[in-house]
This record gives sequence, structure tokens and C-alpha cells, in this order.
Amino acid sequence: MNRLVVAGLALLCVVWFVLYWNLAAASLWLTYDFLGLAHGQHLATAVEFFVFEVPKVLLLLVLVVFGVGIVRSFFTPERTRRMLAGREEFVGNILAALLGVVTPFCSCSAVPLFIGFVTTGVPLGVTFSFLISAPMVNEIALVLLFGLFGWKVAAIYLCTGLGIALVAGWVIGRLRMERHVEEWVYATQTGPASEDAPMAWPERIQYGRAAVRDIVGKVWFYVMLGVAVGAGIHGYVPEGLMASVLGKGAWWSVPAAVVLGVPMYSNAAGIIPVVQALLGKGAALGTVLAFMMAVIGLSLPEAVILRKVLKWPLLCTFFGIVAAGIMVVGYLFNYIL
Amino acid sequence: MKKLQILGTGCAKCAKLAEATEHAAEALGEPFQIEKVTEIQKIMAFGVVVTPALVVDGVVKVSGRVPSPDELRQMLG
Repeated sequence: MNRLVVAGLALLCVVWFVLYWNLAAASLWLTYDFLGLAHGQHLATAVEFFVFEVPKVLLLLVLVVFGVGIVRSFFTPERTRRMLAGREEFVGNILAALLGVVTPFCSCSAVPLFIGFVTTGVPLGVTFSFLISAPMVNEIALVLLFGLFGWKVAAIYLCTGLGIALVAGWVIGRLRMERHVEEWVYATQTGPASEDAPMAWPERIQYGRAAVRDIVGKVWFYVMLGVAVGAGIHGYVPEGLMASVLGKGAWWSVPAAVVLGVPMYSNAAGIIPVVQALLGKGAALGTVLAFMMAVIGLSLPEAVILRKVLKWPLLCTFFGIVAAGIMVVGYLFNYIL
Repeated sequence: MKKLQILGTGCAKCAKLAEATEHAAEALGEPFQIEKVTEIQKIMAFGVVVTPALVVDGVVKVSGRVPSPDELRQMLG
């Protein structure tokens, strides 16, 4: 890396930190001095929350998406495939779940990816571990959860997401359902693996910047929406409104949340306002996490895409096991917390 | 004449790659031919696992992302 690039990056880091550490003070000043709102007012609480949280989450997003972009530039799917080919089951599942987080994944490439993995020596169960963790455990969800609900919730989401990917993939592998993959998949000749030339650092940085432009550009509106909803709840809604329906007491709330969430599709940022609203009105954390995972991790569009390569028994097993795993996570956290 | 193939099943990124490639090719001024390959079998035959991908005269130049205009110019040149 040449010195100019390093200096530029260092400067950006400093600017980022200065902005971040001054957010609390800045939001207080803006709400109470500049706008002149009175302390303790509903509106003041909501505005202070909004002014603090929006730049905070956006700054976190920029940092994390950039960082993850750089990490991803090291992990091409081809490299992931080579790391997973021929691995024995349990180890392979763990590796696949972890790699799902860092390998760049676009849902349109689910099919070529699946075929590519399965026809070149990656066991079926291991491929599934990857296919589960890639869309579900994504950095946007983690950053937003961290920014809005704290590191514990984000950590729970990360660990349980990986856990589900690991276990579900392993179970599917054990069930030996290879014969339920469409025959033509195994007949596909994957040409000699194309290897892109390894990127030099300036290209990696460009990749990170493109990721920030892409992702934050798509997502910033939902972030503002989500924080606005959160601010409204924070300032105005009394605690425990929906506790009876979605709180821990209602045993059927977890399965209901999962059944509702599976067919739905939203990107991680879009579902956060809903998560905030539910939590703010007294829904239990486990139920809400289960809902979020069900929405992001499984969806009707994804089922349609995967139907091209998976026969019905396998497709249903896949969705069923992941849904069951999500429900277990939901119950677990309603029970512990 | 350069033969350019865009491999992809039709998502937004594939369309972006097609557009970007067309711009870059036109800027170069050489005669070229662009073809969109959407069938999975044909895409896999190139050894491509992540779409979108760009193939120039039979050689896969990039897969999985949309390169910058500078990179595209290099790949097409």
C-alpha cells in the first residue's frame, strides 16, 4: 500500500472517531440548546434519541460495511469452495457456516453456487450450512442490532445464526438426501475453475468503498425509518403494550412469529423498524429474534429459486429444519432472558 | 471483433454489469458483440460459480462483482 493511501485511511479513521465520540454531546446540544425543547418532554426525548441514533448507526454501518468489504475481497466463492471440498462432516459444517458470513453472496447466485459446490466435492450438508448462514448472518443485521440494541443482542444473533446453520446443515447431511437433488445438477459439467487474479490493495479498498456506496446507499432510508420508529416508541409509548400477545406468556408466539416470517422477505435493514416496534411494545426478545431470522433467512422467492435444483422432499426438509432451529432459538431466549 | 459475454440469471447486478460493459466497450471504439448468457448450464460450463460474470473472447475476466470503469477498460483492452 502506498503512503498516500495509508495516510488517507488514517485520516478517515480519525474523522470517524471524532464524529462518533461527539455524537452524544452533539445530540444533547441540538435538542435542548438549538431547538430549545424542554427536558423530560416526550418530543424532546424522541428527538434526542433520533438525532443521536441516526448518525451513530450510519457511522457504524459505514465502518462495518467497509471493513467487511475488505475482508470479503479475500474470500472469493471459488476460494471458499476449495476450502470446503472434501471436508468431513462436522468440521466442514462449522467452516461452511463461518465462511457464509464472509463470502460475498447475492441471492441470485444461490443456484450456480449450489451446483458449483455440490459437483466439485463439497458434501451436501456442508453446502447447506453455507447456504443458511450466508443470507441470514449478515453484517448489516449485526451492525443494526448492535447500534440499536447493544452488543449482547448482536452477539446472540451471530452465535445462534451460526449455530442454526451448523446444526441444520449437519442434520441434512446425515439424512443422506443426495437423491433428492435434481439429477441434472450432478450431470452439470462445471468448467475448469476460473480464478480471478488476486486483488492488489488499491483494488481491495475500491471494493470496500463500492460496498459502502452500494449497501449504505440502499439502506440509509430504512435506517432513518427504523430509528424514527424507535424514537417515537422511546419517547411516547408506555412499556408493555403488547406483552400479552407477544410476550413470554403466550407460548404460541414463537411458532407464530416463525410461520409468519418464513414466506416474507425483507433485507436486514428493512425489518429493523418492525423489530424495534415489537420490542418497544413488550414483545419478548426471543420471539422477535425468531421473527427476524425467519424473514431474512428463508423466503418464498428463495424457495422458488432453490426449487430448480432441489426436489420437493429436500426443499421442504431444508425449510423445515431451519424453521425448527429458529423456533428453538426463540424459545431458548424467551426462557433464559 | 471482440466477443463479450455477460453471464447472469437476471438480477440487478447482472443488468448493471451489462450496462457498464457496454459503456466501456463503446468508449474503446473497437467493434464488439455483446451476448447475455442466462442458462445455468452454459454459465457453469465457464467454471463460474457466482454471477454476474464477464467473459471476453472466451476468457472469464471477472465474476461476482461489477468492476470499475477503469478495470473494465483494462479487461476489454
